[in-house]
Amino acid sequence: MEEYTLLRQFADSWMLLLLFVVFVGIIIWAFRPGSSKTHEDTANIPFRHVDSPNDGDTGPNAHKANAATDEEART
Amino acid sequence: MLNYIKLMVLGLIALFSMMAINYARDEAYFVHAIIILLVSGGMFLWILRRTDEPDTPIDYSGEYMDGVIRYGVIATAFWGVVGFLAGVFIAFQLAFPALNFEWAQGYANFGRLRPLHTSAVIFAFGGNALIATSFYVVQRTSAARLWGGNLAWFVFWGYQLFIVLAATGYLLGGTQSKEYAEPEWYVDIWLTVVWVAYLVVYLGTIIKRKEPHIYVANWFYLAFIVTVAMLHLVNNMTVPVSIWGSKSVILWSGVQDAMVQWWYGHNAVGFFLTAGFLGMMYYFIPKQAGRPVYSYKLSIIHFWALIFLYIWAGPHHLHYTALPDWATTLGMVFSVILWMPSWGGMINGLMTLSGAWDKLRTDPVIRMMVISLGFYGMSTFEGPMMSIRAVNSLSHYTDWTIGHVHSGALGWNGMITFGALYYLVPVLWKRERLYSLSLVSWHFWLATIGIILYAASMWVTGIMEGLMWREVDANGFLVNSFADTVAAKFPMYVVRALGGVLFLSGAIIMCYNLWMTVRRAPAKEASLTVAVPAE
Repeated sequence: MEEYTLLRQFADSWMLLLLFVVFVGIIIWAFRPGSSKTHEDTANIPFRHVDSPNDGDTGPNAHKANAATDEEART
Repeated sequence: MLNYIKLMVLGLIALFSMMAINYARDEAYFVHAIIILLVSGGMFLWILRRTDEPDTPIDYSGEYMDGVIRYGVIATAFWGVVGFLAGVFIAFQLAFPALNFEWAQGYANFGRLRPLHTSAVIFAFGGNALIATSFYVVQRTSAARLWGGNLAWFVFWGYQLFIVLAATGYLLGGTQSKEYAEPEWYVDIWLTVVWVAYLVVYLGTIIKRKEPHIYVANWFYLAFIVTVAMLHLVNNMTVPVSIWGSKSVILWSGVQDAMVQWWYGHNAVGFFLTAGFLGMMYYFIPKQAGRPVYSYKLSIIHFWALIFLYIWAGPHHLHYTALPDWATTLGMVFSVILWMPSWGGMINGLMTLSGAWDKLRTDPVIRMMVISLGFYGMSTFEGPMMSIRAVNSLSHYTDWTIGHVHSGALGWNGMITFGALYYLVPVLWKRERLYSLSLVSWHFWLATIGIILYAASMWVTGIMEGLMWREVDANGFLVNSFADTVAAKFPMYVVRALGGVLFLSGAIIMCYNLWMTVRRAPAKEASLTVAVPAE
């Protein structure tokens, strides 16, 4: 088979399927149960460590985020 | 030991560039060899003076590396003004051709200055803004100092050298004539080296982060760095004609070359001007608004949808060409689908202000960030529309395209960068606040009115031009000659240039304001999490 036709067929079938499945998988993963708490914590990252790597939390939801994940290494 | 290796490498480069000056086959190569000789010679002396000196390593891991970011902020403001000035000048050149001075023919005519303008604003202004803000954001969101020590300084100065080589090359005719990829082969190789160092610094910092998760802004910055590297390599596969000359020949030919070029060109828009600046948006808007991003889930979907879709949109630049119809249809369909993640991201940014809309009244910096999202939404609606084949048959090759690009570049990239600079300068120079908020308001309105004049005049002249080109009489003959359309465009060209003047004066006011912030604004004591107080 010609190289172009081979690649074209692969792109139209298995690769397309793979990309589509990965994309849908990411969306499902984003909505997985329990993700909201993680996301809330992650969304508050910009409000921590403002002046130095060793800073604490200074953001608007500081109390919540700190309470949620105090097991992590953020001193 | 490392210093000896550096000295050897620099010595060899200096020797090679001396030979290059001697054997140079063209002007651009000759001047570049002189520049490289001066830079490598200067660095040789600089390192030599520091060799075998006793050095006491200081532990900096407890603080962020902000020096390079301060330089980046200055470079952003400087190149911004240079790029806008070049743009205003070439806009006047189009309106008044006499400005293509006879004595500067071959160096400062429109054809030579136009790539200087596009590269200055995209790569010098935008690129420095991206490098500086990405270094700032990755440190704060990873709670880690930049990895690699002085490698970040190499990235900064190496990138400035790339800009200088590119800019002087354009004026002297060293160009491979690919849009947004004009620099010739040796400049491309240099950019590759700098870019790999950039990626290494960025990844190294993320790897040693203290936060368990990688904040969404870093995903966007990382996508920008990785994709631009890939695009740059594929679109610059050239074979130099001689090692002593700037001319090179591209590996691709014909329609394949055109396709590779616009795959590169559109993804330069998608990953340089969109993904990178979205990284900026996802950090600085929450910071300035003082509240986390509206929906973190939406930001994940926004990221992956944008990444999966943008890469296919390039063929819409090649409607009605030798490119097969299926390819242009593919590009068109993906461009239209792209509307959704674009607006998802815009809504996510705007809704971050929900509950804090009153800040729009009191804080001109956040007003700037919000209007940048407005222009982002507008140009990501206009773009998909223009990519539709029927619309494109009217809009292609007209000034409408130029208007579209500028509503995105001035409105979205420019405004979000100005917002980030207004945020960064007081923080980086440890000032209590900006020197003057009313000057920020002046900048805001000058820039906004400038963009509106620009975009509106380009809509009028673009659609007029498109209609004039296709107008036929009863016998099927074309009614207008090309020169007729040029003459009809004159008033709109003047309005466009005036819009550019307004935008430029806004940027100059910003530079004054930032300068005075560093010089005059009161110094601050403790942490500054919300930069700007209410009026």
